[in-house]
Amino acid sequence: MNVLMTGVGGQGIILASDVLSEVMMRHGCDVKKSEIHGMAQRGGSVMSHVRFSDHVFSPLIPYGSCDILLSFEELETARYMPYLNGSTRIIINRFRLSPPTVIAGKETYPDITPLLREKTNNVHLVDGSALAMELGNPRGVNVVLLGTLSTLLEPAETLWIETISDMLPAKIRAANIEGFKRGAQLNVQ
Amino acid sequence: MVFFYPKGRREKAMKKILSGNEAIARGAYEAGVSFAAAYPGTPSTEILETISREYQAIHSEWTPNEKVALEVAVGASYAGARALAIMKHVGVNVAADPLMTLPYTLVRGGIVLISADDPELFSSQNEQDNRHYARFAKIAMLEPSSSQEAKDFTKEAFRVSEEYGTPVMVRTTTRISHSMGIVELGEAEERKDPSLERHPAEWVMLPANARRRHPVIEDRVVALKKLANTIPMNRVEMSERGLGIISSGVAYQYAKEAFPKASFLKLGMPYPFPDEMVREFASQVKELWVVEELDPFMEEMVKALGISCHGKDRIPMCGELNPDIIRAAISGEPVLKPVPAALPGRPPSMCPGCPHRSMLYALRRNKCFIAGDIGCYTLGFLPPLDAIDTCLCMGAGINHAHGMSKVFGPGREKLAAVIGDSTFYHSGITGLLNLAYNRGAAVIVILDNRTTAMTGSQNHPGTGVTIGGDKTTSLDLEGLVKALGIEWVRTINPYGVKNARAVVKEALEYDGPAVIISKAPCVLLKTRAVPGTPLAVDHDKCTGCKVCISIGCPALEFKDEKAHINDVCVGCSVCAELCPAGAIGGDV
Repeated sequence: MNVLMTGVGGQGIILASDVLSEVMMRHGCDVKKSEIHGMAQRGGSVMSHVRFSDHVFSPLIPYGSCDILLSFEELETARYMPYLNGSTRIIINRFRLSPPTVIAGKETYPDITPLLREKTNNVHLVDGSALAMELGNPRGVNVVLLGTLSTLLEPAETLWIETISDMLPAKIRAANIEGFKRGAQLNVQ
Repeated sequence: MVFFYPKGRREKAMKKILSGNEAIARGAYEAGVSFAAAYPGTPSTEILETISREYQAIHSEWTPNEKVALEVAVGASYAGARALAIMKHVGVNVAADPLMTLPYTLVRGGIVLISADDPELFSSQNEQDNRHYARFAKIAMLEPSSSQEAKDFTKEAFRVSEEYGTPVMVRTTTRISHSMGIVELGEAEERKDPSLERHPAEWVMLPANARRRHPVIEDRVVALKKLANTIPMNRVEMSERGLGIISSGVAYQYAKEAFPKASFLKLGMPYPFPDEMVREFASQVKELWVVEELDPFMEEMVKALGISCHGKDRIPMCGELNPDIIRAAISGEPVLKPVPAALPGRPPSMCPGCPHRSMLYALRRNKCFIAGDIGCYTLGFLPPLDAIDTCLCMGAGINHAHGMSKVFGPGREKLAAVIGDSTFYHSGITGLLNLAYNRGAAVIVILDNRTTAMTGSQNHPGTGVTIGGDKTTSLDLEGLVKALGIEWVRTINPYGVKNARAVVKEALEYDGPAVIISKAPCVLLKTRAVPGTPLAVDHDKCTGCKVCISIGCPALEFKDEKAHINDVCVGCSVCAELCPAGAIGGDV
C-alpha cells in the first residue's frame, strides 16, 4: 500500500506521516517512509511517501503506484501527477495557500480538478481545515485528515487513538483525538 | 521524531521507526561510543541532535567545523574511547587533511566517520560522491541501505575499526539519512574506560615514522579485502540467473523493487572491494549490471577485474535514482523523467522579518558586487533582491572579494562579501585574517543572527550555549575582528535599513578592509527582535510605487495597484521605513 501525503510546510504533514507509519508498524506491517527536509521551510512544498506491506524495499513510491493521495492543500495535489494511476483514491483538503507568484499577481491560482480527473474519477474534497477551525484547533488539521484516511485502512480506530495518545504530548492529546474522530466522519467512500 | 511514550513503555518498545540518522545515533549508543562531534550540515544534522537528546551517556559537541570534529574525535580515540565524527559530504573536504594521515596512525578506541552525501542536491552546492574518499584514504567503507542497516553497520564499523586498526567511513545519502524504517533495538555495549598511553612511533607522523607506517596501510587494505569477501553484510541473493545486479545503499532497494526476481550481490562493505565474491557472482549470471548512484565507483572496480558489465552506459550519473529509472535503464527503455504539471512553484525564500533582507538590500542599493557564502542569505540570490553574486563553499566569499580587490586595485570597483556568523566561525576567520594582513579593500558584512539558521538553529561558539543547553563562553565577535587586524569595524542593527545603507556607503569609502557586523537574532529564535504582530498599509496614502515590494518579503503582496500586508508579517518595519509615502504602520 502506497500513501502519498502532500501539502505545504507548517501543516503538520511530517507528524501525520509519522503517526500513519507507527500505526501500520503496530498493525504488523513492514513500513518505510521518505520525505525531504532541510531547505523546505515554512510555505514550501512538502511531500511524504509512506509505504507498508509484508516487506517494503524502496522508500520511494514508484511512478503510477500511489494507492491513496492525501493532500493538505489543493494546488499541491496536482504537483505529483506522475505517481497517480486510474484507481488512485485522491482526498483533497479544501484549503488554498497562494504561492509567491500568485501573491505577486504574476500567475493565477489554478483549477486543479480537470487535471486530476484526467487520471481518475476517484477524487474527494473534504473540509478538513474548516472542521479543525470549528473544533478550535486549526493546527490539528493533520489529525483530522488522518481520521479521514483511517476509514480507508485496515487498523481499528482503537489502534489509531492509542498511537496518537502515545505520540502526542498530554496537553494537546484530547483535542487531537477529538479531531481524529470527527475527521473519520468525513465521507470519502 | 520524539515519542512521548508513557512511563515504562519506552523500555518495552524493542522495535521503533527511526530515520537513518536516528538509527546511526542509536547504533553509536549501542556500540558504547563515548564521544561524538559534528558541524551541522544537511542531511547529517539530526545524528548529533539525536545523540545529544536521547543518548546523553555519549559526550556530544558542535564543533566550529568538520576538521575540528574529526580531530577531537581522534583525540578521544587515542585516549582509548570509541569516537564518532559526523558531517555532510562537503564537510569531509574540510576534514580531508586529518583524514588522509589518520590511517597511518595507530587506532585505540574505534574511530568512525559518517559522511552523509546528497545526490540530487536537495540542500548542497555539489553532488560529490564521497565513496572515493574511502579509496583515497585507504580505509574501510560501509554503506547501509535501510534504517536497520544504518544502526547495525554503525555498530559493526566500530568492531572493524578496532579489529583492523583502521578508521571506518559509514557513507549514507539523503534518502537513507532522512527515510524512516523499522529498527530492532539492541542493548548497549559497555563503554571503554579511557587510559593514557604513549605511542610516539605510531602517532607522531614525522617522515621517518610515516614512512614506516605506510606499508601497514597497504597490508591492512589486503586484510580488509579478505574481510569484505566473508563479512555477512556482503551477501549473494541468488535467484533467476538471467540478470545479476551488484548494488549497495538505497540503490539496492530501488533495484530490488524494480527487479525482485533478479539475482543480487548486495554490498554493505563496498570498499575494499570483495574481488572474489564479485568474480564468483559474475560467473553465475548471464547479464551483469552495477546499479549505483552518482559515480561508477563499483563499476570501475568490476571492470578492473576484467569482467564486463553494464552500468553508467545506461544509468544516469547525475541526480538520485529511483525504481523507475533503474527499471527503464535495464529493460532498455528510454529513461523517462515524467514532466510534472506546470504549476506555480513554492521556492524557498528568506522568512518574513529575516534580518538578512535589509542588509542585502543596503548592499545592493550601494551597487556592490556581493560575494556570497553558504547559509540562508544565499537565498538573497533570488529576485527581486538579486543580491548574491558568488557562492562556492563555506568561507569563500571573503576571499573572493579580497582576490578581486587586489587585481582591480584601489577604488575601481565596489566589492563586498557577506558571511553568516556560524559560517564565519567555520572557515571565515582565516580569510578575514588574510584580508587584513594583505590589505585588501573590501566591505565584509558578517550577518550575525546568533545561530546556525539554515540547518535548523544549532548553537555555535558565538551563542554562549552548548548543544546540551549548558552555558559556556560566548565569543566577542567585534573583539575577534579587531584582533585579526581590521581597524574599521561597525556593529549595526540591520532593521534600520536607511542607517545600514549609510554605513555601507561609509565603509565603501574607507581605503582598506572594513567589517560591518549586522547583528540581530534570526526571526525563528525566541530572542528575535521583532514585535511579532503584522503591520498594515494605509491605502489612502499608498501610491503604488512598489518600493516596499522590492525587498522581496513574503508578507508583502501587490494587487489592485496597492501594496498589501498579509498575516505572515512579523512587524520588522523595514518596509515601513522605506515607504516614501509613510503608508505602512502598526495601527493603520
